Amino acid sequence: MSDIATALGGARSQGSSSVSEAPMQGMITLRGNLADPALVAAVTGLTGAAMPSTRQITQGEGGSLGWMSPDELLILVPHQGVTDAVRDLSATLKDQHALVCNVSDARAVFTLSGPTAREVLAKLCPVDLAPGQFEAGELRRTRVAQVAAAFWVDAQGDFTLICFRSVAQYVFNLLTEAALPGGEVGVFA
Amino acid sequence: MSFRLREGGRLIDRSKVLRFAFNGASKKGFAGDTLASALLGANQMLMGRSFKYHRPRGVVASGAEEPNALMNLGKGAFFEPNQRATTTELYEGLEAGSQNHWPSLETDIGALNGYVSRFLPAGFYYKTFMAPRHAWKYLFEPFIRQSAGLGKAPEEGDGDRYEHFYMFTDVLVVGGGIAGLQAALSAARTGVRVLLLEQTADWGGRAVVDGTVIDGMPADAWVQATLATLSEMENVTIRARCMGAGIYDHGYVLGYERVADHTPQAGAPRHRLWKIRARQVVTATGAIERPLSFAGNDIPGVMLASAVRDYVVNFAVAPGKRTVVVTNNDDAYRTALALVAQGLSVPLIVDARPRGGGALAEQAARAGIAIRKGGAIAGVLGGKRVTGVKVCAMNGTDVTEVACDAVAMSGGWSPVVHLWSHCGGKLLWSEAEAHFYPDPALPPTNHTGAGFVRAAGISNGAMATSACLADAQSQGAAAGLAAGGNAVSDAPAAAEDLPAEPLQPVWLMPEGAPIAMREKAWLDFQNDVKVSDVQLAAQEGFESVEHTKRYTTLGMATDQGKLSNINGLAILSKALNEEIPQVGTTTFRPPYTPISMAAIAGEARGDTFQPLRQTPMHAWHDANGAYWEPVGHWRRPYCYQRGRETVEQAVSREVRNTREALGLLDASTLGKLLVKGPDAGKFLDMLYTNMMSSLKPGRCRYGLMCSENGFLSDDGVVARIDEETFLCHTTSGGADRIHAWMEDWLQCEWWDWNVYVANLTEQYAQVAVVGPNARTLLERLGGMDVSKDALPFMAWSDGTLGGFEARVFRISFSGELSYEIAVPASQGAAFWETLHRLGADLGAMPYGTEALHIMRAEKGFIMIGDETDGTVIPQDLGLNWAISKKKTDYLGKRAQARSDMVRDDRWRLVGLETLDGAVLPDGAYAVAEGNNALGQRRMIGRVTSTYHSPTLGRGIAMGLVEHGPERMGEVLEFPGTDGRVFKAKIVDPVFYDREGEKQDV
Repeated sequence: MSDIATALGGARSQGSSSVSEAPMQGMITLRGNLADPALVAAVTGLTGAAMPSTRQITQGEGGSLGWMSPDELLILVPHQGVTDAVRDLSATLKDQHALVCNVSDARAVFTLSGPTAREVLAKLCPVDLAPGQFEAGELRRTRVAQVAAAFWVDAQGDFTLICFRSVAQYVFNLLTEAALPGGEVGVFA
Repeated sequence: MSFRLREGGRLIDRSKVLRFAFNGASKKGFAGDTLASALLGANQMLMGRSFKYHRPRGVVASGAEEPNALMNLGKGAFFEPNQRATTTELYEGLEAGSQNHWPSLETDIGALNGYVSRFLPAGFYYKTFMAPRHAWKYLFEPFIRQSAGLGKAPEEGDGDRYEHFYMFTDVLVVGGGIAGLQAALSAARTGVRVLLLEQTADWGGRAVVDGTVIDGMPADAWVQATLATLSEMENVTIRARCMGAGIYDHGYVLGYERVADHTPQAGAPRHRLWKIRARQVVTATGAIERPLSFAGNDIPGVMLASAVRDYVVNFAVAPGKRTVVVTNNDDAYRTALALVAQGLSVPLIVDARPRGGGALAEQAARAGIAIRKGGAIAGVLGGKRVTGVKVCAMNGTDVTEVACDAVAMSGGWSPVVHLWSHCGGKLLWSEAEAHFYPDPALPPTNHTGAGFVRAAGISNGAMATSACLADAQSQGAAAGLAAGGNAVSDAPAAAEDLPAEPLQPVWLMPEGAPIAMREKAWLDFQNDVKVSDVQLAAQEGFESVEHTKRYTTLGMATDQGKLSNINGLAILSKALNEEIPQVGTTTFRPPYTPISMAAIAGEARGDTFQPLRQTPMHAWHDANGAYWEPVGHWRRPYCYQRGRETVEQAVSREVRNTREALGLLDASTLGKLLVKGPDAGKFLDMLYTNMMSSLKPGRCRYGLMCSENGFLSDDGVVARIDEETFLCHTTSGGADRIHAWMEDWLQCEWWDWNVYVANLTEQYAQVAVVGPNARTLLERLGGMDVSKDALPFMAWSDGTLGGFEARVFRISFSGELSYEIAVPASQGAAFWETLHRLGADLGAMPYGTEALHIMRAEKGFIMIGDETDGTVIPQDLGLNWAISKKKTDYLGKRAQARSDMVRDDRWRLVGLETLDGAVLPDGAYAVAEGNNALGQRRMIGRVTSTYHSPTLGRGIAMGLVEHGPERMGEVLEFPGTDGRVFKAKIVDPVFYDREGEKQDV
């Protein structure tokens, strides 16, 4: 419905790289036995993505699968389909010990793109962001300054970062300041 | 006088004149100057006053080791004290001021301290403690306070921005001299990632000043060629103006990049703190020249020989027209030769060695410079400037005077072993060079027990150029291999060394100098520690070098003893009649030189100082008069002020409106943990004191959680969603902590229980709709049956309310008819506004946390953090009804059976009602007759919550009182902090609607 609002209403800033809050993203937390064939079939069937290995994120036509922990997946689907997906997954997994919940509203999503995207993140996250060390396909759970976050990069070099909705303004401010012109580090060029 | 030479200067660009101000006077320098070289070029040798005696001091060094030339730099929001002139690059408009003087640098009243110096001996500060008490209060303390501190404290917030940068590398090389360059090159050739840091803006270290020839070319050319090679290698990152500040466990290294100190206010962050993880570290940090200890060695114009050379070669600045060189080694002859090459006069080289020097000494002799072998300085003449020296034989005889205006001294070189030592690297003593150098057998070790730091070049004790390069090559290649690189054929750059005579250790000149000389022979320039002070400390029994350091303050200044430590401990070892290695060194601690506090804070300042959590309705609150209160990291409205209302008036209005009409509370911050699995009921039975497994789906139950020590930790309403699923509400501040607590038990103790937890706190916006008109409003929204029969008290239901997907809980924390409604967070703001729109004529008003607190207190509901403080058990609060007697165990059960927990005189919860209707002070203690074991008035209780109740029109309070519930009606005395004694009667804690009729309608 039209009453749906992201945390920052699509805020955007432009520095050495651009920071923009993404529209609502369907996000499901699944906790369960990731080796269970029925579970694997359900999530790969839902998204068309392959089962991710440790610290990986995979993409399919219907969404993405991100490895969050040995018993937790992050499932990305289009926002309009998330309620149905939660219901269907829950039904499919009703005979095994698993927890499926919609976390789309609990998060904020940012897109970071531009030539300095890697170093903007490296100012805030204790992660090796050198090209070749962090590449498309990897999902990193880490912290952005003082709050929890996770991010991944696509083949074009654009980063997607998720954090809790309540700290969206803090994270937006952090990314914006880290991308201020004049602060270019220039080591990942 | 000091002055600028007509020609030369490796680093300066004479076509770019920079104007700056020193103590308000306008001066000129060139691009490429440091503040120190520009001041010297402008004939400003006097750069500050010493800390204790306020002696006039000039610059003594040319780099990070400088103890004297500390400046107040910049102004206003860009002011910073204690900046070394030697490491401050000059920029247009720089404003500097000298420190430690009043009223002026030239005329300083504090210099009178020097005349009473015998009353300010070593350990003066500690000795004041032994004086009569009144002397400390009226004499010493004001005096020390007045003298303490170097530069001025900034008066404004810092106007610059700062940041961190996380960097990972296989090999980190610290130091951009020829050893660092060679080590980086050799490491990089193994194929691993290499990061090379240099603290100054320029590369090459000493070699480029000293005219060394490497691979057949001048050092300068070799440095540029090597830099070019490194720049082209994809696996190499090089960084100037970035100091390796500290080495820590697990290959963690801090780099301190001075990004914009030389280009202030141009939009760049001022400093960047690099947080580096390196597999291997090579410290190629060079060496620092030692001063010589002789009388008057602190008079402006006495400088390190290497510094004199640096100023002449790098900046074309001469510290004086006539410079006497005094040395115990060959290296200082380079200074004499450099001065003579510029047409400057060197009237005499005083060489402490009876045999004199080697090849360089021969060159000096050929240049016509007089050399006095076996000589010493008996004293320096002059006050604010050197006017001459008294020269004598090493045994103090045969004194002659030589006129000069500068003295270049060299007591040998000490490898910079600081970074090697930060993380535990050990040192050996070299008799030949009289210095400590890294012990290769005892390096700092990593998680496998293997060394992860290697020293290279001069910092490793390889003093000759060829040995330095060979060592750097070998350490660099070894570091590359240890970091996973490939062995490749590699050779060091070649250099030829001049034949040299060995150094002769000289710790005091002349030998057996009398007390009058030793009292004027400075070891630590910045902290005014003299040879006589260290000897006194030894005499008074301070035999440990660490004790001597603290007693005398040797090495405790901002330079951390870079010039003074070795000289000081040599004097100490002589005084103790021990060998230097037996006395040992003090501890080398990071950072290598002081780094800015703001760089450590990084981005954590201003609006990113800490995360402030915002609910989906935050913007509405902000636009509607919210008076904010921090709750955990959340910001919640304390109340909403309307018009010219005070906070108290607003709170009062909100309480009355909620009780009489309709209040709306943003309860989104409440923790919401989803607990699911076949063992979820069993799990919650262990976490909560009461029984949760018996709760029926569709129903809610209030529960208490305790720590394993029995103390109350959190509370909240649990809703059973289905057979396997529970939704646990926690306190606003407790959500993350309780989530972690649950995971801790599930992962570490009950790992075989089938339970999953998800933190859904932020998935939902939650609104409490409270008051007599609550049901009417929900009925207007429509879509769900919210009648008493369909949704009784302590039930919940899912549905669609006014088009919003909603979960409605019939729970009450206020005692009124109340619904808490959860909607998806993205629709929270819309839902909130809809409630206000549709409820306007029903009296809908938002209320804040203070109204919430007052209403719960009126009902006698406890609040975690008010009634509890980590020492309170549920039984103290009369919550026995929420403790299951049927369960065999729950967290805290056994602890609550301990003798102290079942004492009948524990302070227990009661209501308190002041006799005159006043509001009790929060935290006030109830007192009884008599004193306790400490001689204090006996205390028998305390106030835990206290408010003015708008509903009842008087003060109400809750408190914990000894035997409280058995003392109903008794009047207690609560002394306030203002002398007033409050009298309050013990009453039932439920002040309002004791039967609970209003919430269950």
